[in-house]
Amino acid sequence: MRHSNHTSLARYGRVLVTGALGVTLGATLLAACSSSPKAAPAQGNVPGVTSTSINIGATVPLTGPAAPGYDEIAPAMDAVFGWVNAHGGVHGRKIHYTYLDDGYNPANTATLTRKLVLQDNVFADVGSLGTPTQTAVQGFLNSQKVPQLFIESGCNCWSDSRYPYSSGWQPPYTIEGKILGSYIKANFAGKKIGYLYQGDEFGNDFVKGLDMEIPSSSVVSRQNYDAATLAGPLSNQMAALKAAGAQVIAMATIPAATALAMLPAAAIGYLPQYVISNVGADTPTVGPLLASFTQKGGGSAAQAKAATGLLNGVITDAYFAPEANVSNPWVQVEKKLLQDYAPALYAKSGLDGNTQYGIALAYTFVEALRATGKNLTRPRLLAAIATAGKNFVTPGFVPLSYSSTVHFGFEGSQVIKLSSTAPPAVTPSGSWIGSTPVTPVEVTDVGSGPVTRYKGTTSSPPKSLVSTS
Amino acid sequence: MSLFVNVTLNGIANGMIFAALALALVLVFRATRIVNFAQGAMGMMTTFIASSLLGRGVGYWWAFLAVLVIGFVLGALVERVLIRPLQGKSELNPVIVTIGLLVVLEGIAGTIYGNSSRGFPAAYSQSGLTLGHTKIAFSHFDVFILVAVLVLMTATLVLFRATSLGLRMRASAFAGEISRLLGVRVGLLLTLGWALAGVAGSLSGLLVAPTSSFGPYYMDLVLVYAFTAAVIGGLESPVGALIGGLITGLSISYVGGYLGSGLQPLGALVLLMVALMARPEGIFARPPARRV
Amino acid sequence: MSPPGTSRSWGDRAPWVRGLRLPTQPLVRHLLLALCGAGLLYAITSSLSPYNDFEVGEIALYVIALAGLSLLTGSNGQISLGHGAFMAVGAYSAALLMTHTHLNFLIELVAAIGAAGLLGLVIGIPATRLKGPYLAGLTLLLALALPPIADKWSSTFGGDQGLTTTTPSAPGTINPEEWLAWIQIIGALITLVLLANLLRSRFGRSFRAVRDDEIAASLAGIHVARTKVIAFVISAACAGLAGAFLGLSTGVVNTGEFPLTLSIQLLAAMVLGGTGTLMGMWWGAILLVYLPQWSTSLSGDFSLGSGASAYLATIIFGVVLIVVMIAAPTGIQGGLRWAWRRLWSLRPGTGDGMSKISRPA
Repeated sequence: MRHSNHTSLARYGRVLVTGALGVTLGATLLAACSSSPKAAPAQGNVPGVTSTSINIGATVPLTGPAAPGYDEIAPAMDAVFGWVNAHGGVHGRKIHYTYLDDGYNPANTATLTRKLVLQDNVFADVGSLGTPTQTAVQGFLNSQKVPQLFIESGCNCWSDSRYPYSSGWQPPYTIEGKILGSYIKANFAGKKIGYLYQGDEFGNDFVKGLDMEIPSSSVVSRQNYDAATLAGPLSNQMAALKAAGAQVIAMATIPAATALAMLPAAAIGYLPQYVISNVGADTPTVGPLLASFTQKGGGSAAQAKAATGLLNGVITDAYFAPEANVSNPWVQVEKKLLQDYAPALYAKSGLDGNTQYGIALAYTFVEALRATGKNLTRPRLLAAIATAGKNFVTPGFVPLSYSSTVHFGFEGSQVIKLSSTAPPAVTPSGSWIGSTPVTPVEVTDVGSGPVTRYKGTTSSPPKSLVSTS
Repeated sequence: MSLFVNVTLNGIANGMIFAALALALVLVFRATRIVNFAQGAMGMMTTFIASSLLGRGVGYWWAFLAVLVIGFVLGALVERVLIRPLQGKSELNPVIVTIGLLVVLEGIAGTIYGNSSRGFPAAYSQSGLTLGHTKIAFSHFDVFILVAVLVLMTATLVLFRATSLGLRMRASAFAGEISRLLGVRVGLLLTLGWALAGVAGSLSGLLVAPTSSFGPYYMDLVLVYAFTAAVIGGLESPVGALIGGLITGLSISYVGGYLGSGLQPLGALVLLMVALMARPEGIFARPPARRV
Repeated sequence: MSPPGTSRSWGDRAPWVRGLRLPTQPLVRHLLLALCGAGLLYAITSSLSPYNDFEVGEIALYVIALAGLSLLTGSNGQISLGHGAFMAVGAYSAALLMTHTHLNFLIELVAAIGAAGLLGLVIGIPATRLKGPYLAGLTLLLALALPPIADKWSSTFGGDQGLTTTTPSAPGTINPEEWLAWIQIIGALITLVLLANLLRSRFGRSFRAVRDDEIAASLAGIHVARTKVIAFVISAACAGLAGAFLGLSTGVVNTGEFPLTLSIQLLAAMVLGGTGTLMGMWWGAILLVYLPQWSTSLSGDFSLGSGASAYLATIIFGVVLIVVMIAAPTGIQGGLRWAWRRLWSLRPGTGDGMSKISRPA
């Protein structure tokens, strides 16, 4: 009868499953307990460094709601390290980059970072992502005297004398807010300004910058949203901004939120001037998200057209040449690097804001290693960044700001306007609206200093990169 | 004033979306007295399939129909393979199994479709309808959602109340052994319940995708709110799912609009607690008789 | 849903207990077991590296949360999908005190337990009227609703950067990781002893009675609602302590540590370990701590593109959940007990081994 078959199935099933689980658990425990710290022959006892290799690590979100887009950065960094290793490494050492998935959960970051430092003995934590995640391990890394380099976040908190081993890389959100704010002040004087910002460090720091430039009497509405509970269109926020009469909206939004703001606004016929942080304005990333404005599919051409329509005229900023500037030598080099050393990534995402970011960050680290020289230790690496950082060759428009007191990377960017007449950015998902610059490159600080024009030069890619085989 | 109107209209639009998924939850619960935590993820999976079909040039309505059929099959498959072996055991088991299914589906979607940026087109224009001289926050697409959900709800009601099939389904859920003795093919009807729920879930996935950040997790929050809506309305009542959806959608729209978007789940929680304190079985449920 | 063996005495279940002349009084027996466990764990932690000590500490803290959940869901039959919220309350309470005051560490822990218990009371009272799926819905929403409150009032709760926690400094030359692990282990052992005693006592019997048949229980004189609320409060308090310990492990408390997935993973780990058991929670906790790391080793083994392999671990986790629930719903501990009983009854001279097995599990 069916009933007894079911019971004996349950019996055997129980044995099988329990046995399998028990064996797996036992094996894992054994593996965990017996894995001694990687006994790599150290060069003068520097963790993670041998005469032929450097081990670095990072924690980034590869799964989870925070992953889209950001999971491209670490593989793009790996492409740079692949190129470096293929050309003999830095001072004879090849770079091994281990990036672990923390799912944007600081509890996981804490565990995985300790694994990297205490068990895998990495030389440095390079290019880890996120403000809440990296704040969770800032104390630990500094107490262990492990460099926490080039954190992928624009928080003002990475340049802190209490944590000398930590440093940022991208322009802090406040600086971006000031630069865009000063553009708004100069070009939209007398208009009503509204803010839409993410209700966390990113949004709050950006608004701090905006407020340093834009007179508060011009700001008619401040709306925010919570990233964790972002489920649908930000219709209420846009309706509130429309009701307040905002003609210009300054936005500190991630790409998903940018799309979820522009769509309902367009639906109610509200077409203000958008000024968006570069975090949420990369056109190959935001473009496809606007695809729902096409009806019934229509194909990628129709989607690109709809996205172009919505994005045309949007103001944002860039601190290195955007992917659409195909004639720019850095863009050409980046594209080639990705094609040659991360072909799968190139086939999936092409050269977009995230892969560009990863390449630029990784190349900065390579420059740092070069500047430190053959005698590689953690203090010497940090010293090299502090003294020679300004001279590193990077795709950035301005030099890095590292000094003995400042641990921010780029402190300047250029305001650009998305324009349908400019050459588009072409990726595997389609062709997305390009941009033209509307101001010269500008620099400022995170404090109350003014926004000033950058008067120096921008570096070109070195010959060795240009002539990659 | 116009802010209030817009917030209300947004609430109705959201509420309809929750109602669609809530109807799927109700269908499953009426059939097997289980809450399917993977209902949203199943809808997500079928919508990703629709996205692939659209990418290959299949016409929108063909893809739409195909995916509803796939949802039907998926629902039936899940019931037969995963839920049937759990019959008669503790009520915790189906909760865990459906959660496991949710995790697996999200993992599969993440693996196949990667984390790449993509959107999903709407069936109709997302431009607001024009009332007088102004565009209101209710588009042609929102009208489509409203109509689709009403049709779904009516069909469910008609099925359960007016057809003998519906009667047999209700009997199977209520008193399986007796129905079997009376010749009702209980197993088949349980599967049918899940299959219909699969269609409703697919539909809700297609309706939600255009207005959310389309990715493996996009149905998660919708499921939570749809669950809230179903519970408020009574897990056995299709009308309750609709009314519960409207109440939930409006409440979180007002909370989001006037208090802040981060407090929306808290608003839903308070709403749920109030509703359940007043009527623990849901607004539209019949109070259970106690057998002593 | 009655876990095997809970209603029979130790003497029946394992006659060797009587043989060894172990004390049959629950409290003494539990204390003895806890002492043995402490000794074993001391041996383990002193021989492991600091990183592994950190992991052992994390396992211990999850055991606390899982044990409370096991009591609530396994012994009392109330399904909670929101225990991450109670952990968050405990973590933030402890962190707030650590940041703004210089109170004694133990007082801070007690505050965390109390705050979480209070929330347990607030949720537990309406929960008494709710049946399974309805309670699941309420707790699910709780897990989602509570953390964003900390983001909204970021000046108090620290926002993205969160609140830093301070572990009492390690005495002498003990590694900080080993010291913290010990704090967490002692917490886990005390919790297990208390809960084990509770489950063996009159309270435990009334928990199970309410789970099995509310009407019969109330006819037998048990105050059903009060019993359910007590179970909820105890379970929430355990989660609160675990949350405070999580804050110590991480060093910082912010909302990113308490996503919806945490609550779901807690329930899943409890089930995999063995619903209703206490010792089984060690298996569940091991699972929770090693899951984030499995994805990295899997990605190394398969060397797929980063996207594909990163999700492999979650797919496997989901499949394991499904398979276990269908084939072995009593989890690992239940399976182990079943195997043990089967082996024990096959001893020569114990009569027909088959008759012992045919008892319903």
